[in-house]
Amino acid sequence: MKQVKVYGPGCKRCETTAQMMRDAASKLGIEANVEKVTDPKEIAMAGVMSTPGIAVDGKLVHTGGLPDEAKLAGWLKD
Amino acid sequence: MLDNGSTMGESKPWMKGSGKPGPVMLIIGTLIGVALWWTVYSQLIPFSEAVTALFPVERHSHTGEAIAFFFYDVPKVLMLLTLIVFAMGVVRSWFSPEKTRALLSGKREGVGNVMSACLGILTPFCSCSAVPLFIGFVSAGVPLGVTFSFLIAAPMVNEVALILLVGLVGWNVALTYLFFGLGVAILAGWVIGKLKLEGWLQDWVQEIHSGANAPSAVEAEKLTLYDRYKLGFEAVRDILSKVWIWIIIGIALGALIHGYVPEDMMVDIMGADAWWSVPAAVVMGVPLYTNAAGVIPIVEALLGKGAALGTVLAFMMSVIALSLPEMLILRQVLTLRLIAVFIAVVSSGILAVGFLFNAIF
Repeated sequence: MKQVKVYGPGCKRCETTAQMMRDAASKLGIEANVEKVTDPKEIAMAGVMSTPGIAVDGKLVHTGGLPDEAKLAGWLKD
Repeated sequence: MLDNGSTMGESKPWMKGSGKPGPVMLIIGTLIGVALWWTVYSQLIPFSEAVTALFPVERHSHTGEAIAFFFYDVPKVLMLLTLIVFAMGVVRSWFSPEKTRALLSGKREGVGNVMSACLGILTPFCSCSAVPLFIGFVSAGVPLGVTFSFLIAAPMVNEVALILLVGLVGWNVALTYLFFGLGVAILAGWVIGKLKLEGWLQDWVQEIHSGANAPSAVEAEKLTLYDRYKLGFEAVRDILSKVWIWIIIGIALGALIHGYVPEDMMVDIMGADAWWSVPAAVVMGVPLYTNAAGVIPIVEALLGKGAALGTVLAFMMSVIALSLPEMLILRQVLTLRLIAVFIAVVSSGILAVGFLFNAIF
């Protein structure tokens, strides 16, 4: 079970990012729990300065803008 | 992903990686694109005349002029925006909040404020990231005043505002706006720094601040020119999808002002002799939340009707830099007292710009 966190205050791009992660996980058949983090304190403590940010199993893999579709699988697999 | 038989992937610069165009292809493509852009752009006047001819109105009547104006300005501004937003999107791919933070961390006030305001133009920034960025900066030892210079400059001096000014009002006003916008950001940040208000941050922010252990960010990845172009196109899609409606409404309103607002009235209200018009313009600007795209076509029309340049600049800066939604976002990290100081300092700067210009021009 992968723990995915999407950091963002709730703008449209962050919603889209969370949905992209869910879709990618189900397409790959990976069980993932995608959680949205909107608390500014938590976002800042995670080291995210431009949103959305993505962390997989506690490791920050992306910040700022929509992620590249092609990279999602790589993040979810390892 | 593997570039077989080539050293460092440089032997075939036109085809690299998995079929993505390499730098040579991209540069040729850019030249062709700019040439096409220029061809279309130079045909905009005949285009607007042709469209106006389709309407059953006298070409040189008020209505005819307004229609021709509208169909020239809208495509012109949209085309200018596409080109410049793309270019800025590519340029910004060399900058990131993390790199900017590293440049600014531990900088003294003064130099730090100047650098910070300039980097505010170049660093990718979206107001929804204002809070995490603010914390990221102060927690890494960027002085509070320097952080504010960034946060004031980033939304106020942006390419959308500058391009609209160039396209609709003129180079001189655009440069003036750039110069004095940066000036307000630098000075306001410097003053806030001098006031030593670190204690007026929300408590939890201060804890991170004094803890001084800046959270580490994701490591930067190597971008190819192709990736940078992709970012440029994303910026165009992102910004144009947000502002096109404002541009159309703004230019339509501007056309109405051109046609129907009597000149005497405007000179009385917004002329250089009405000293109170500058503070009034600043106050009016705060609740008005639109972006540069909506306000500049109106600004252009107001100027045409005899409004004073200083008053109009003050109005514009206030609309763009002091917005209620942004205050609400910053409320999460700043105490009310600090927000009040922020508003007071920034609006004094804007007032000064307004009065200065009305006095000079």
